[in-house]
Amino acid sequence: MSQRLSLTQAFVFLLRRDLLLALRNRAEYAMPLLFFVLVITMFPLALGASPELLARIAPGIIWVAALLAAMLSLDSIFRSDFDDGSLEQILLSAHPVAMLVLAKVCAHWLVTGLPLLLVAPLLAEMLGMPSEAQPTLLLTILVGTPVLSLIGAIGVALTVGLRKGGIILSLLVLPLYVPVLIFAASATENAATGFDPSAQIYMLMAFLLFSISLSPWATAAALRMSVS
Amino acid sequence: MLLQTRDLSCMRNDRMLFEDLEFRLDAGQMLVVEGPNGCGKTSLLRILTGLRLADGGEVLWRGAPIDRLAGDYFEQVNYVGHHDGVKHELSCLENLRLARAMGVPSSLDLDDVLEQVNLYIYGETQAGSLSAGQKRRLALARLLATEAALWILDEPFTSLDKASMALFAGVFERHLQQRGAIVMTSHHDISLPAQAVQRLQLGLTS
Repeated sequence: MSQRLSLTQAFVFLLRRDLLLALRNRAEYAMPLLFFVLVITMFPLALGASPELLARIAPGIIWVAALLAAMLSLDSIFRSDFDDGSLEQILLSAHPVAMLVLAKVCAHWLVTGLPLLLVAPLLAEMLGMPSEAQPTLLLTILVGTPVLSLIGAIGVALTVGLRKGGIILSLLVLPLYVPVLIFAASATENAATGFDPSAQIYMLMAFLLFSISLSPWATAAALRMSVS
Repeated sequence: MLLQTRDLSCMRNDRMLFEDLEFRLDAGQMLVVEGPNGCGKTSLLRILTGLRLADGGEVLWRGAPIDRLAGDYFEQVNYVGHHDGVKHELSCLENLRLARAMGVPSSLDLDDVLEQVNLYIYGETQAGSLSAGQKRRLALARLLATEAALWILDEPFTSLDKASMALFAGVFERHLQQRGAIVMTSHHDISLPAQAVQRLQLGLTS
């Protein structure tokens, strides 16, 4: 028994713990999803009955809403752990902190990013997006939202120690989200108009690989600064 | 010798809290850090855990600087700070299991750990519904659930009643007998064999 867990076991353990916490705090984690759905359902009401217009701007609307929903949920990655001192315990763990951070970000994406992926087809249909563009939309959400969580984690880690870090967080993170927004919306747009979206998709995948390999280390370093 | 500091100094808000601080702590010894509020007791403890960087000097663990040891040092340290580090939405057992996953599990059964800190009947209870003193006991139960040579404790007796204080004084004494070491701050007096206890007074300068 007196043997520390392997890194994989610790990773899975922390992931499960965060999912369990999310399950017990359902209301808090439902907010971003609700926001995503509400914003998108408001557009047809505001723009009037013009199916062509809606279909044309649908990729943009869905992606802007996804981006804002992701921002809304960011603070929850580290906030409660910071407030109750669990974060100190994680930083003092025998395991590499970057991997534990990655477990927390994975849990965050499963709770906030994955639901967006699941409701997106419904919303795309509602906005009248051409059905040939929908697989591309889903693919961009699948590849793009983890990037949002990974980049956002760095921002939260930097600002979690500040009392009113919300504004700084959005100023920090939003510019870094813009490339994802541009490539994801443009890929979907291309697919809707019959062009090949693969260049943009490859770009998004490159973003994902880049942020998966760098963000956990940056986040761990930022957390150390925030708790000291 | 387990823990040693060399020329340790710490500043906060452009004010020097302490300078050239040196002490040595052997296995089986306890260091009690004393001083008035705001004199840097918590800062010193956080520097010793590695959570905070010293503004000068270094902390050595078995002769090696702790910032170079990183994970190898962390697995031998148990820290209970101001915050309990207890997740309110998790049960007592789940909280302890998490602590074990993050550190080196001890050979004790978790039920026995809870029994020892008188929280046995609360095993499946969510920690959020415990009283402040019970949460503190759960935080201190981490010391028993994991195995670490050095315990760093910031005001461990906050919100504990007399019986619980005596209980943990016994736990600390056993840890010292098993060649562990403890660094703690406390405004409460605890009865431990005098030869095992060193006292460090902060805040006398300036």
